Amino acid sequence: MISLVGPQNPLLSRKHSDNLNSQTGTILLKRGFAHMLKHGVIMDVTDVNQAQIAEEAGAVAVMVLDKLPVEVRQSGGVARTAGMKIIKDVVNSVSIPVMAKCRIGHISEAIILENSGVDMIDESEVLTPADESSHIWKWDFTTPFVDGAKDLGQALRRIEEGASMMRTKGEPGTGNVVEAVRHMRAINQDIAKISYFYQKQDKQELFRISKELNTSYELVAETGRLGKLPVVNFAAGGITTPADAALMMKLGCDGVFVGSGIYKSSDPLERASAIVLATTFYDKVDVVAEAQEMIDEKKSMVGLGDNLDFKMQDRGI
Amino acid sequence: MMKKVNIGILGVQGDVEEHVASIKSAFHEITIDGIVSVIKYPEEIDSINGLIIPGGESTSIGKLSNVSDFHSSIKKKITQGMPVLGTCAGLIFLSNQIVQNSSNTSQKLLGSLDIETERNAFGRQHESFQSEFPIPKFGLDKFTGVFIRAPRIRSIGSNVEILAKLNDEIVAVKQGNIIGTCFHPELSNTVIFHKYLIELVRETL
Repeated sequence: MISLVGPQNPLLSRKHSDNLNSQTGTILLKRGFAHMLKHGVIMDVTDVNQAQIAEEAGAVAVMVLDKLPVEVRQSGGVARTAGMKIIKDVVNSVSIPVMAKCRIGHISEAIILENSGVDMIDESEVLTPADESSHIWKWDFTTPFVDGAKDLGQALRRIEEGASMMRTKGEPGTGNVVEAVRHMRAINQDIAKISYFYQKQDKQELFRISKELNTSYELVAETGRLGKLPVVNFAAGGITTPADAALMMKLGCDGVFVGSGIYKSSDPLERASAIVLATTFYDKVDVVAEAQEMIDEKKSMVGLGDNLDFKMQDRGI
Repeated sequence: MMKKVNIGILGVQGDVEEHVASIKSAFHEITIDGIVSVIKYPEEIDSINGLIIPGGESTSIGKLSNVSDFHSSIKKKITQGMPVLGTCAGLIFLSNQIVQNSSNTSQKLLGSLDIETERNAFGRQHESFQSEFPIPKFGLDKFTGVFIRAPRIRSIGSNVEILAKLNDEIVAVKQGNIIGTCFHPELSNTVIFHKYLIELVRETL
């Protein structure tokens, strides 16, 4: 029931520590973990208190950062993975899954995060990239990875490298949903095209597309067969209100990430709960309206318009 | 005319679509013309005669499924005999007791299944595993169970039947019309648990 196309190397999985007949870190377990998050909201947090608010609000996971994306924008300088102490404190204070970000291509940060016991690693453009020519070869890890994409080529290249989950890049820290919408639409349109050629069994055209997207024929054909990405795909980057979350769900996302939108508002608990409600019941007008009423637009983060000198989405290849 | 099998998948959070696909395969394998639908709202429960509570985050599922007092209508249908399958988070949600850890927030449970569960008791994602074990009830020597941040069943009531064990661990149980698994049968390559649920539903029609 889960797409398992990819380099299936049995050496990548480990034996479970207490059971000799068990395997851990397989492609099924890594992708399956992401499937359990579907229809849910993953919230960026920078401390234990924020993580507990997120859990209380019904988040399916939290993402630990040193600074929220909007603070990364404001402070400038180099943004790196969060401190080990804060990650461990969050791991010990909530029962939902905990994720953390590493820099694009920073294999050592990823190894450290894998050791810290986080449930998923986000190779994220919110942090300053460590490698401009390569992303992490994620098949080397038994911890699942999520990566960002602004188009189908990026998404399939990340999946080719072993990402178990994707998210739109959007434009983090702006409070502006327009880029997430743009990226989701771009991915959907290209998938529709591939599905069309797959249904016609036009393999030459699928092969041409795979060259254009710099990814493998197998992955393009699998995407065409499924009519969606072979891994779970969430929306991220600029989601601020319940209505934003419902919009992204209507566009066909499997769930949403909310970054600065919650803790940079002045009504975080109400807003977190309201975004969770709107994500699940996005197809029911009165529930989305009720969720939107739980927040006060005067308390939303002010946000940034579209004249940005610096775009995080341009990071990564 | 016999009523149609109509399985509802509780669709507020989790791997809902995988259960829909598994039920469709099961209908196909036993060649019956059944219905499967995703249910999120209380008014949708009247039309179904079998229910699946999927895997996901049990705190989120518990919170989101209680909009408009949905819990009491689900519980009533189960008490009246509607067959139900709970997988992973669904098992926790069905159970009547949960081992309290310091980090647990208060969690809503249906309490229909007389077992005590402990969340994430096999460990975090790093310790998620797949393993083969027999299921004598279904005449299977080898079934691949997929355990993702899985719960453990700490104790069971006297009216609870053990369906499967992994070494000494109880990993699947049945109590009358209720089936619960610590693993994800919707991620396995066989839909035997889904076929069994359909069989229980057919007995009630």
